[in-house]
Amino acid sequence: MSTEGADAGDAGDAEDGFIELDGVEKVFDVRRRARGGAGAGAGGEARGGARRGIGRLRREKHQVRAVDGISFRVPRGEMVGYIGPNGAGKSTTIKMLTGILTPSGGRLSVAGIDPSRERTRLARHIGVVFGQRTTLWWDLPLIDSYRLMHRMYRIPDARFRANLERCVELLDLAELLDVPVRQLSLGQRMRGDIAAALLHDPAILYLDEPTIGLDVISKAKVRDFLRNLNAERGTTVLLTTHDLTDIEQLCKRVMVIDHGRLLYDGGLAGLHEIGRSERTLVVDLEQELPPIELPGARPVRTEGPRQWLAFPATESAAPLVARIAADYPLVDLSVREPDIETVIAKMYVDRSAV
Amino acid sequence: MESRAEGASAETSADLPERWIPRSSRRAAVRDGLRAYGLIVAMWVRSTMTYRASFVMTALGNFAVTAFDFVTILLMFAHVDSLGGYALPEIAFLYGTSATAFGLADLLLGPMGRLGSRVRDGTLDTLLLRPVPVLAQVAADRFALRRVGRLGQGVLVLVYSLAALDLDWTPVRVLMLPMMVISGAVIFGAVFVAGAAFQFWAQDASEVQNSFTYGGQTLLQYPPTVFSKDLVRGVTFVVPLAFVNWMPALYVLGREDPLGLPDAVAFLPPLVAVVCCALAGLAWRAGLRAYRSTGS
Repeated sequence: MSTEGADAGDAGDAEDGFIELDGVEKVFDVRRRARGGAGAGAGGEARGGARRGIGRLRREKHQVRAVDGISFRVPRGEMVGYIGPNGAGKSTTIKMLTGILTPSGGRLSVAGIDPSRERTRLARHIGVVFGQRTTLWWDLPLIDSYRLMHRMYRIPDARFRANLERCVELLDLAELLDVPVRQLSLGQRMRGDIAAALLHDPAILYLDEPTIGLDVISKAKVRDFLRNLNAERGTTVLLTTHDLTDIEQLCKRVMVIDHGRLLYDGGLAGLHEIGRSERTLVVDLEQELPPIELPGARPVRTEGPRQWLAFPATESAAPLVARIAADYPLVDLSVREPDIETVIAKMYVDRSAV
Repeated sequence: MESRAEGASAETSADLPERWIPRSSRRAAVRDGLRAYGLIVAMWVRSTMTYRASFVMTALGNFAVTAFDFVTILLMFAHVDSLGGYALPEIAFLYGTSATAFGLADLLLGPMGRLGSRVRDGTLDTLLLRPVPVLAQVAADRFALRRVGRLGQGVLVLVYSLAALDLDWTPVRVLMLPMMVISGAVIFGAVFVAGAAFQFWAQDASEVQNSFTYGGQTLLQYPPTVFSKDLVRGVTFVVPLAFVNWMPALYVLGREDPLGLPDAVAFLPPLVAVVCCALAGLAWRAGLRAYRSTGS
């Protein structure tokens, strides 16, 4: 249910669940060499375990619950952020949603299809971009990959041409079409990958860390394109990211996952509220001055003429900026978003405090 | 270009769940797989042909390297008149049939050996995202046309042996030839697939597979009489490589089977090939299922 979050207002009607998860679980058996000694190997993430074997060959078998009972619905046309620290279970969820992995428990439905049972049928309805690896053919020119997709997905000629043209234009690919994929930069490859995922007009697009490792300009290009895609074509987008700015600029709704459980489902503002997260204002002054004291902001650090001020992420930066500009000799100024790890850490602190 | 009538039936077949596959849709899956295989192979061949000179060089290199095996045999025959009771043309016949059958399988399914590394580095996932069978994609992955070099030298030796052999070419013997080469290629192909399936569990298992494929074809280039009976039994009943050429070739050459099996065994290769394919297919599906439940 999408109503569990603090700010569920824009989570949409649960009736039209285009992507539906119901108590989905994924349990992995992990074997590793025991370190010997009585108390060894009680790994943090292990919740159940069995020992077997003797001596040097002793291995411990752990059950890792990578995804531990997750339920949510995403209506058609929504753009949702799916965030969490490393190893939280984000990629595992995406892999189950694409049918790569079979869930150990619970129910899953994407566009009315059970992904793990009808993987190849689902493939025509979804597009997937993995930030860390390419779905393109590494040694071949970009255009060859696209041509192969064209025939593999049986995309009608006219539609293929139109989609390719559109992607080439919006993602700036014209110069890159004849370049082998392995020679592309990370940002170029990512754009190439996004185009490849959209040639067959998928109703759903999964993006796993689409901006990881990209420079500022590439990030902006990718975000613009995604915003456009969602607005114009109504493509449903689920994106995992480390970068809260991605969420800020693209998604009205955000889900937070950690240790395989859904911690939060709602708007970004609500997340900041719960996490009591703070944004940081980095202020460059003309000269070294004592820390700026202003109501609603907390001096964090001073380094020569540069000062860091923290203020609640739910507040606007504008009045603060205006006052600093009025009272201090300001040279430059920038705002930094809180990082996901900090927000989540604070959510934990809050929970244990209750 | 593509589209039209073909699409309709494939669409309905794709509607059915993957785990329980009725025969009609299994046939459609095979057709889809072959189509995808053809598409990917065609793309790699086109890409290879953009560097024609490089292709010719590597194919010749492939030819030369594999031909060394036969040169070794020729050198041996400079000192002896027979090997295990077999004269040079007979050995050449064994060599030619084994190398041709293996060359075909290696050309068409050789890339399967790389599955383990794809599992290890996670790139197998991207193949699972596409609407075509994974087996076809793995089999066609980086299709290496240069392997025609190996096939070429096998065919060459086979042609030589046919010219040099002094046999009474009855119709049965003549028909035996394509039968054994095709069945042999299919048996080797099944070993490639089964070996790849094993790599879902053990990612470094390609060496084990190589000992059966590359090792097996070298074994089959020599007459069974030079090996111990246990080994011959092993490749007859356990990994049925003996049906690639030994069993039918002994019949063609009019030789005694060292295991004393009846003559009819010579006609079994097609049957053995079909059984091998079925087993390899089961292994592949079990492997893929295991991968999808463990993700590693």
